[in-house]
Amino acid sequence: MAKLALKKNKPLIAPSGTKPFTSPIASAIVTVIAVLWTVPTLGLVVTSFRDKESILSSGWWTSFTNPSFTLENFRAVLLQGGGSLGSQGMIPFAVNSLAITIPAVVLSVGFGLMAAYALAWIPFRFSNQVFYGLFALQGVPLQLSLLPLLTFFATGVQLFGVQIIPSLGIVGTLAAVWFPHVMFGLPLVTYLLHNFVSALPRELLEAARVDGANHFEVFRRIVLPLSLPAIASISIFQFLWIWNDLLVALVFAGGTDDVAPLTLHLANLGGSLGSKWENVAPAALFSIVIPLTVFFSLQRYFVRGLLAGSVKS
Amino acid sequence: MITWSSLFESSFPKILQILAVLAIFFGFYGIAFAAGARVQGKKQNVLALSLFLVPALILAMTGLGIPAIQTFIESFKNADSSKWVGFANYTRAVKDPDILLAFRNTMAWVIISPVVATGLGLALATMLNKMKREALAKSLIFMPMAISFVGGSLIWNLMYQYQEPNMNQTGLVGQIMKSLGIPLQHLLLWSPWNNLFLMVVYIWGFTGFGMVILSAAIKNIPQDIEEAAQLDGASGLRLFRTVTVPMVKTTIIVVLTTAMVGTLKLFDVIHTMTGGNFKTDVLSNRMFDEHFVYLNNGRGSSLAILIFLGVLPITYYNIRSIRAERKH
Repeated sequence: MAKLALKKNKPLIAPSGTKPFTSPIASAIVTVIAVLWTVPTLGLVVTSFRDKESILSSGWWTSFTNPSFTLENFRAVLLQGGGSLGSQGMIPFAVNSLAITIPAVVLSVGFGLMAAYALAWIPFRFSNQVFYGLFALQGVPLQLSLLPLLTFFATGVQLFGVQIIPSLGIVGTLAAVWFPHVMFGLPLVTYLLHNFVSALPRELLEAARVDGANHFEVFRRIVLPLSLPAIASISIFQFLWIWNDLLVALVFAGGTDDVAPLTLHLANLGGSLGSKWENVAPAALFSIVIPLTVFFSLQRYFVRGLLAGSVKS
Repeated sequence: MITWSSLFESSFPKILQILAVLAIFFGFYGIAFAAGARVQGKKQNVLALSLFLVPALILAMTGLGIPAIQTFIESFKNADSSKWVGFANYTRAVKDPDILLAFRNTMAWVIISPVVATGLGLALATMLNKMKREALAKSLIFMPMAISFVGGSLIWNLMYQYQEPNMNQTGLVGQIMKSLGIPLQHLLLWSPWNNLFLMVVYIWGFTGFGMVILSAAIKNIPQDIEEAAQLDGASGLRLFRTVTVPMVKTTIIVVLTTAMVGTLKLFDVIHTMTGGNFKTDVLSNRMFDEHFVYLNNGRGSSLAILIFLGVLPITYYNIRSIRAERKH
């Protein structure tokens, strides 16, 4: 995941005026790059609508001069299935992706927001140390945690042959996939939300406390409603990150199609079907439709969230 | 043929699970908040801390803190963690030609792709800054960020498709090479250049992120500074070098280090496109293979620790700047 350092939620003022590179050449360069960045995705979109013979015999760009498009590939991938596509096609994998992503996003943002409030507004002795400790955990690559965590899920904790914590018994279930996402996401989510929550006006929170509201009421009545923009942007961020993950899925959903998310199934398809583009292309397109929809419809919030985490003003 | 009823049958329990998780979470905290609102005095701090902070700390420690320590210990043990082997896993790592190759490739990744992606992002942000209709170009360049690296890898696989020179090309890059009269290559097998073709996927995915963040920073440059520089006769490249770059230096470092950490841990692209074959292996993919293909915990753990050591200076730098910030 993008590891964001730095802070502060300041309004971004956009002064207009004269800037470097005011030239048509700059426009031309930007246009060329924008086209270059779009063409690969366009290739996938076009390919997924072409029939098998055309895909094998000519490049996708030739179908602009010689159009012959079909929906057959999507029918095969979504409604027919079979073989390495899976007996139920791609749709169950999309359900798995949702069943992994939704709990993971809600729990990581929920726990993260409460922790952010505690670190920002509840004074206690080791507040600073806990804050830095949590932040430092962001620097632990999740690679370090994969195998020990998998073992923990399977066998619990044994010390000198004594079972201290029993096996969680969740291996092979959806929980085994979303639970690690909650744990891995918490340090960054807490940190980003802390930036926002700690910048709320002190007078507002103190006025409520003077009126007799305790931490629970302050959180529910003031912090939660005021934090909605930050919650929205960080949730989108988490959604895309978890939906698009491969490594966690590979380790914790490994071996069973029953809980595999779209990315994992797609990576397997790319390997097993290799050049069967009439299947791989529509499957890949199907897997990126949901994140792209989320992205384009909520782009404004998403960008705001990125900026909250990273622009030092 | 798939029937809707069979789809419904397999999905229904999963949808129930989503709802159950949400119901438990919100139910528990709903009750906790209702009860907590009545507590007053000193006790409420303790209660609030244990309900707000402790769960997050337990989760983060169980998920990252403790496993990281375990991995550190395992890295000094043998394949099935039954015997201590001292530094053997590490000394082997610097002798094994395959792992050395993964090292070299990772180094190349960490140096080349962040610099290219950040440089491109900065150039785009600067050029877009004065344009009137920037939104569409920005969206298009930013879009790959929403696409998984698995999806991105397949998209670029399609671009890199190889056919014999006398055949119709089905990959766009091959077609362009053919039109320009460049000898055709199986791009993903063409060592060592294939590493660069894989980096393209990362750069394609990451440049938009750098561009969006840098363009916000550029818009934050106070206008009078630019005007003063212009009065002194600075323009174009010189204005860029003497005003824009120094003013957004901190943001450039953020984008650069984000990309460095990202490439150090990079796994998806290699796993999906080459599986680490054809001399494209990197540390993260090798670590996965040691653990789950060769079933050697000791070696896998030692590689994970090496990745951690690579990230460490960046974490240290970040914590230092956060401390300076929090003191204000």
